[in-house]
Amino acid sequence: MSKGHLLAALLAVATVVLVAIGTLWPAPSAEAYAGAKSMLGSSSTAEKAVANLGDEIRAQAWQKAYASLANKAQFTEPEFVHDLTGYYPSLLTYSTLDKFEIRPLHASANEEEIELKLHWATVVGSSVSTRDLHVIRNGDRWEAEWPIAKEPIVPPQVIPVNYLRWDVIYGRAGSDWGTQDVEAPHVRIVDMHPVERAEGLVILGELLNEDVVPAYVSVSATLLSKNQTPIGTEGSFDKISHLLLPKQVTPFLIKFPNVSLSDVGSIRMTPESALIAASADPVIEVANEQLHPAPGATMTGELVNQSGQIVNVAHVLGTFYDKSGQVVWVADQYIDTALLPQIPVPFEIHIPEDLARSVSSQRTVIATYSSGGS
Amino acid sequence: MRARLTFLLSGMTLTLMQLAFAQDGTLSLPKIVEAGNGFSIRSTGSGKATLYVIGPGQVLKQDVQLGELTSFPAGSLYNAGHYLVVLAGANSTESGSFDVIPASKPADLSFLAKPSRLPVGMHNAITGVAYVFDAYHNLITTPTPVSFELSSPSGAVEKHIVVSRDGAASTAMDSTAQQGVDKFVARIDQVSSVRVVGQVPGDPCGLKMTVRPSGQQLQLVTDPVRDCNGNSVPDGTIVTFTETYNGAQSTVDEPLKHGIAEAEMPSHDGATFSVASGVVLGNQIRWAK
Repeated sequence: MSKGHLLAALLAVATVVLVAIGTLWPAPSAEAYAGAKSMLGSSSTAEKAVANLGDEIRAQAWQKAYASLANKAQFTEPEFVHDLTGYYPSLLTYSTLDKFEIRPLHASANEEEIELKLHWATVVGSSVSTRDLHVIRNGDRWEAEWPIAKEPIVPPQVIPVNYLRWDVIYGRAGSDWGTQDVEAPHVRIVDMHPVERAEGLVILGELLNEDVVPAYVSVSATLLSKNQTPIGTEGSFDKISHLLLPKQVTPFLIKFPNVSLSDVGSIRMTPESALIAASADPVIEVANEQLHPAPGATMTGELVNQSGQIVNVAHVLGTFYDKSGQVVWVADQYIDTALLPQIPVPFEIHIPEDLARSVSSQRTVIATYSSGGS
Repeated sequence: MRARLTFLLSGMTLTLMQLAFAQDGTLSLPKIVEAGNGFSIRSTGSGKATLYVIGPGQVLKQDVQLGELTSFPAGSLYNAGHYLVVLAGANSTESGSFDVIPASKPADLSFLAKPSRLPVGMHNAITGVAYVFDAYHNLITTPTPVSFELSSPSGAVEKHIVVSRDGAASTAMDSTAQQGVDKFVARIDQVSSVRVVGQVPGDPCGLKMTVRPSGQQLQLVTDPVRDCNGNSVPDGTIVTFTETYNGAQSTVDEPLKHGIAEAEMPSHDGATFSVASGVVLGNQIRWAK
């Protein structure tokens, strides 16, 4: 028998043996996921009760999670599930709980306040939400009271929508040479500024659609060394609002990890634009926007959907300027809940501590996505 | 004796030459043929041979009788370029060449006009390049005057006449002060090619808003938004309203509708409102009840 056949036979035998071991003596977590039994411990302490609740949410064992709550009489199980995953399709609808953290806030013999920080894995990265749970002793067990946020009710109303919509008809592929086609939108970089950070070089700037038609935009940058050889090319990816209506401005941020500004001789910026069918609806108001200084520098505010259309995903892009009006940072946040008409939804964007002191003003751009529309 | 020998050698040479011509011939070719025109090739000698005319993208083959005129009708050769002619006889081959040049009469214009959309009042921003072709799509390289006309909806016409060089004529024109769709025409005699150039309003100019109470809110309304030439800025253009009050800021991006933008914002005594569109700032209003 050749060596190859011997190795194949050994691997086959080892696989069979491991499958048999896993079947006869399964790991607790595997049993739990298979539904044989819970991997949770007893809820003998408040922390354990909240940890069990977190594990059940992570396993999407909604029935068990709901059953473990002390205040379940105040809401139904579907309301509990919707409170976690969203009443309307949103980022949370398609996410799973990656991990959670527990932090006791206040404790007494029969009651405890515990902060439950939920780290959701969404399609655009991690999304963190925090719930403060009131946990009470019930005999020898502890049970958490879920601070339910009930479905916001939009008052019955008629919202007339008469915003513009742009459609695009391109020329035929077989048209003669020189025949005109629709012109790509004219866009212009109105500000560009490299910033050296610990993680590498960051290029910040702003892009203006100076045309009268909507534009799908992106920006890429190529770093050139002092002898004009390319160091690398990167794009703004999602650190930009890709849809720009006429005269709209978006910030952009391009990261070059592990590159030092001292290595760079020049930067070649390439703004790209294409015509795109678009609508001027929905209009999102950014209300009560405030800068909070360091430590823990943030920009907070509320988004108010002024249209009648539900916005499933909103992307908040904050541009921060110094006193001279130069861009010093660009930060963003995805809103993980849907924006209902007229219902304010808070947002919070973190600003790096070292840059927060130089921030003097800010501007916010909202990119939106609605299922069934652009 | 010497004279006899000379006579004998001359006679033999003439006989040999006659024999050679009896088998194969020499070619008499035109130097230049205009594309699409008929032409003739004369050969000398006697007997039969095959004539090949080989050029860019085209080969003609014809059996010929040596010593006769071989004619090719109009339209036989239509691609401009250098052509090789080969006369293949039974024992030897003769060759020559001639050029086919584009027809002198322009029949087609390829007109490249850029851009198809631009703001009003731009200097030399509209460019047009016309390439002159004959009926067989050969580039006519002889200098030819090409007329470029840019006509606006108001009836104003800007006209440039440019003589083509190496088959191409180009021009640059200013966009007018009035928005609308301009007709950009390149013309040679009866041959013309038309493109359209959309002239759109420029940046808003003198952006101004007013504030008035609207229930619990304040209503911010711009005056009709126009560019510096008085053209109405198109609907859909984004106008940003900003309210600053007590360290907090509220903004809303509103598209123009029917030439104006309006927004409702919270009413705060002492709040400051500003308006902007793109990189253009408008007026600022401090609200006091």
